[in-house]
Amino acid sequence: MTDTQTPAREPQAGHAEPALTPPVDVIEDAGGITLRADLPGVPRDRLCLEVEGDTLTIEGEIAIEPPEGMDPTHVEVDRARFHRAFSLSKELDTAQVKAELVHGVLTLRIPKAAHAQPRRVAVRVD
Amino acid sequence: MGQDATLPIHGEMTMLYRTLYSRNVFAELDRLARDMQQALDLTPAIRGRGPGAFPALNVGTTPRSVEVYGFAPGIDPATLDVQIEKGVLTVAGERRAEAPPSDGKATTHARERFDGRFRRVVNLPDDINPEAVQARYRDGLLHISVPRREPAKPHRVTIQ
Repeated sequence: MTDTQTPAREPQAGHAEPALTPPVDVIEDAGGITLRADLPGVPRDRLCLEVEGDTLTIEGEIAIEPPEGMDPTHVEVDRARFHRAFSLSKELDTAQVKAELVHGVLTLRIPKAAHAQPRRVAVRVD
Repeated sequence: MGQDATLPIHGEMTMLYRTLYSRNVFAELDRLARDMQQALDLTPAIRGRGPGAFPALNVGTTPRSVEVYGFAPGIDPATLDVQIEKGVLTVAGERRAEAPPSDGKATTHARERFDGRFRRVVNLPDDINPEAVQARYRDGLLHISVPRREPAKPHRVTIQ
């Protein structure tokens, strides 16, 4: 799985503003890949996961309703949207992706297709 | 660089030193990023700030309150320590990395997420009421609302 710098398709209208890149952990084991992404402030209904071709796209919007007339005095997060795309390799089964969003952390489990799972090859000694 | 005769000699030495002794390109990039940040931000706060600090903080003020937003995903809210002492708000806690599967066959391809202990500090204005602070944690976002004692309304002074 590799980061794709160029978006797979044109950004949608209204989504043209720059986005934050969420930090991720990617761990692969024999059965598949586990990806965790930090998406603080993104509720479930503002999270959009998409697999198109071999590109996995994570999009999320931060839902903050600041009180009226708030004057921002110190800003470290200056965008309201997360975006990151990854290209997936062939052996991953994109139809079986499981996603979970808890406390602003997205956990994706992408299993390897059955034929791509490692199989022990018995070595015969004649 | 060496062809530029007007370059100060110590600058040239620095370049030489870095070229000869920089073994780790990532440490070098990191240093470059810090150098650039210092060049751009001439008066950094003494407690440090900027990208990389966890949790990232946004602070805003209204006439009635100070609103602090901490972007702290993946934390058990019960372990978050939020304190106000002498007009300084402290947010502290720990985020532990999930243990990899124990079979030893897992490969880590990326490890960008923060783990470990953290502490961040915000100076609050003088007119806050520390008794009535509210803190909420939702979707990995910590929202602390600190009311101010009285709205800082301008009041007209009558001239006698």
